[in-house]
Amino acid sequence: MNMDVRPSFLLDGEEIPFEPGQTVIQAALTAGHYIPHLCYHPEFVPHGSCKLCTVKANGRPAAACTLPAQAGLEVESETEELNDLRRTLVQMLFAEGNHFCPACEKSGNCVLQALGYDLGVMTAGFRHFFLDRPVDASHPDILLDFNRCVLCKLCVRASEEVDGKGVFSLAGRGISRRLIVSAESGRLADTDIAVTDKAVEVCPVGVIIRKHIGFQTPIGRRRYDVRPISAQALEDAPRKPEARHG
Amino acid sequence: MAEAGKLRVATTSLAGCFGCHMSLLDIDERLFALLEKVEFDRTPLTDIKHCGPCDIGIIEGGVCNAENVEVLREFRKNCKILIAMGACAVTGGLPAQRNHLDLGACLQEVYLTEPGLVNGQIPNDPELPLPLDQVHPLHEVVKVDYFIPGCPPSADAIWKFLTDLIAGRTPRLGHGLIEYD
Repeated sequence: MNMDVRPSFLLDGEEIPFEPGQTVIQAALTAGHYIPHLCYHPEFVPHGSCKLCTVKANGRPAAACTLPAQAGLEVESETEELNDLRRTLVQMLFAEGNHFCPACEKSGNCVLQALGYDLGVMTAGFRHFFLDRPVDASHPDILLDFNRCVLCKLCVRASEEVDGKGVFSLAGRGISRRLIVSAESGRLADTDIAVTDKAVEVCPVGVIIRKHIGFQTPIGRRRYDVRPISAQALEDAPRKPEARHG
Repeated sequence: MAEAGKLRVATTSLAGCFGCHMSLLDIDERLFALLEKVEFDRTPLTDIKHCGPCDIGIIEGGVCNAENVEVLREFRKNCKILIAMGACAVTGGLPAQRNHLDLGACLQEVYLTEPGLVNGQIPNDPELPLPLDQVHPLHEVVKVDYFIPGCPPSADAIWKFLTDLIAGRTPRLGHGLIEYD
């Protein structure tokens, strides 16, 4: 066996080489193949909760962000069946929160919205919950709008792992699961969060909003206005492993 | 009766702001090309009050009161294809932002207890349609065949959608045309 040949698996019939230890989504993105995802972030340990990246590996559904790449694995992703499931997941996330895009500062930079666009989600699908979730505007530089939380846990992970602060947690179980602020008052102003924190930058939706910059980049010229998320994710992915390995 | 070869189209705004109709007008000179293919039944443009038999019904706005329900049912009964146009028709939109509030409390605050009101009273003229306790997207009341999201959908999105539909293709809005804001 030629030891220079890297192991590979099949993604929608195409050979994807991988490094041992990589997950299916890591290898796919590195090789220039997009798999839709929401709670996965290249800089963090996979959380595997949103299920948007669900693929079929050897015929069984699995989250591509937690599934280790294995030689010879046959993975399906770009199929009508899986994209239908993904559209349903996006609709359920929209139904569970108050995602009112026309009044959201994050519009155009929002991963949930961009996934809806790219997957072609045209309708609500489910009766929306219309929950009453007050915002926390206590902090001078950061607004917290709980209405838009998708429980991806990226801010929790970033605040703990990168900022070393633990400002956020998820509390409750099942349908009562919710984002909370780790302060006795429950208010963001009573934490040591700073605008420069990774936790502020990493929110994929419009929960953690930097104040004072609102519409500096106008609607229409934002991240996912320029290119769809399927193209943007590949642009952001680490590429050319060949170059790294000489 | 429809003119030979032309599709008959009706449009209306329920709990909407007419922004989607403005966006429809925003197709500008393409309106002439559209008018070669369609003729209008009930719409705010013709001022016809009731919808007759039509090929396509386009509805902006959600359902917030008893009259909206009646008009929507009239459209469904008369239109072969019914399209929900815009965020309010598709999800309830802005008017639905009252859905987590009690309707009685809403009316009280707006007409009676809001600071600055003098001799306020809750409107009760019998001609006013009664509000529903919640605002609903169209598909929760009748079957809807197609949805065009957007607040409003852009003129290009509406144009692409209608030209696809009129040409007998399944309407497809790609990047830059599907928008929720």
